[in-house]
Amino acid sequence: MFKRLSEASGRVLSFTFDGQPLEGREGDSLAAALLAGGVGVFRTTVPSDASRGPYCLMGVCFDCLVEVDGVANRQACMIPLREGMCVTPQRRARQLGE
Amino acid sequence: MRRLGAVDELAATYDLAIVGAGPAGLSAAVTAGQFGLSVLLVDEKTAPGGQIYHGIAASPLKRGSILGPDYWSGAALVEGFAAADVDYLAGAMVWQLDQDRHLYIGADGKSRRIAAQAVILATGAQERPFPIEGWTRPGVMGVGAAQMLLKSSGLIAEGRVVLVGAGPLLWLFAAQMIAAGSPPSAILSTAATPSLGRLIPLLPSFLASAYARKGLSLVQRVRRASRLVSSVTDLRIETGESGLKIAYRAGGQAERIFEAEHVLLHQGVVPNLNLIRSAGCTIAWDDAQACWHPIADDWGASSVEGIAVAGDGAGIQGAETAARRGRLAALDAACRLGRIDGAARDRAGAEDIAAIGKDAKARRLLDVLYRPTAAFRMGSPKALVCRCEEVTGERIRQVVRETKAVGPNQLKTYLRCGMGPCQGRFCALTVNEIIAEERGISPGKIEPMRVRPPIKPITVAEFAALDL
Repeated sequence: MFKRLSEASGRVLSFTFDGQPLEGREGDSLAAALLAGGVGVFRTTVPSDASRGPYCLMGVCFDCLVEVDGVANRQACMIPLREGMCVTPQRRARQLGE
Repeated sequence: MRRLGAVDELAATYDLAIVGAGPAGLSAAVTAGQFGLSVLLVDEKTAPGGQIYHGIAASPLKRGSILGPDYWSGAALVEGFAAADVDYLAGAMVWQLDQDRHLYIGADGKSRRIAAQAVILATGAQERPFPIEGWTRPGVMGVGAAQMLLKSSGLIAEGRVVLVGAGPLLWLFAAQMIAAGSPPSAILSTAATPSLGRLIPLLPSFLASAYARKGLSLVQRVRRASRLVSSVTDLRIETGESGLKIAYRAGGQAERIFEAEHVLLHQGVVPNLNLIRSAGCTIAWDDAQACWHPIADDWGASSVEGIAVAGDGAGIQGAETAARRGRLAALDAACRLGRIDGAARDRAGAEDIAAIGKDAKARRLLDVLYRPTAAFRMGSPKALVCRCEEVTGERIRQVVRETKAVGPNQLKTYLRCGMGPCQGRFCALTVNEIIAEERGISPGKIEPMRVRPPIKPITVAEFAALDL
């Protein structure tokens, strides 16, 4: 878990992850807001369905990939949080018909 | 600086296009603007500063004491950039740069191709891979990652937090955690102990530099406030009942276990080469830093005409040198584009070139002190080397022996290392070194993993909508 230092201020923004309502702050990346909201697992891997969360938070490792407003494979660490974002985790490989 | 809202606002051509808004890119933009060049700076982040000054313009941490004076010194660069006569497109990705200096730039789901007479790639650094068993588990992240959360969001890891590895950033972040009132539970140091014979010749330059003054007091502060375990080897991270379990040996003793909610790994940074490589710039193996860097002259000119490299993407040398290299690359661009002659360029750049040389000498000690051991660079047999395709080191070794795959490009056919979402960013170095060791040759003798555009995913719709 992560805690926000008391001096850190900023407008509160609401969004959802896997249908659950969460709150972040203006200035957060989507990944930061998810971590602050207690989300540790962002996706599971294509080869083995193993759980992953962000590793690098600088656009390199691609372990924070999520679906944002219907677009898959977005790097949560590189996207600023916006009000009303609808975020879903990516699980294993896509199956035909999904 | 004119902040552009979308790719539609880009001019069709620029004298100079700069990629990356860290210290190198910012200082290049400011310098080039002074010579009346039309300048575009494109950056993936939403605000200037790069990784080192990430979030500086809008950091929620108003007190200077947590992040420290070196971080806040970046504010002057950002202010200079704000006043410069340049175009700035933030939150945008240069996903292709060809040898005719066409840049393909995407932002908010739309891409455009523009042209530039000169290009400076200031793509910065990334954390070096740290392939130990369990490094892919949620809760394990890079020290640099945890620092990003602190810089831009004022977030700090809670509970038992263990820092593992070696390098200046590890000490800096430990000090920042202490200043924020959440010291690490333990620091497991993997730094090797180089012989005095290797260190002594490097000491005078180091001791005369700011690195010594700042570094030594930083280490002292951290040592006073946290538990330090030295000579750590045989690391492994497992999932325990309440969080993560880190197994390790210290000083060759029996295995010990430490439980924690967060494990933060770090063993230095390496140049971020994907765009540089895909543009065709030649790279060379740097044995002292155990990584590749682009071949460039004093002005950053790469092997590709009109494309220069600057900052840590051109070889790790820290923020101050990055800013100097950015200026030099911009001076050279001004010279190539006829704004100044060679003599004026040389005069204007002389001080920076001298300072970079002096700084490089001082840093040699850091390179020796914090060069990760071969065991940690290549990882344990069962560690996932390729995080994306989940390939272990022992599997890579087995395939290299059985198939005579001579390098990472052939290995792709067998194991897909480098073909997953990260496109080799987090495995190329390790794969390269493992193959070299199996073949008994220097990593520099192996053709490095090829990088092809688009260097980050774009949708087919975005690609199809390109107006070419």
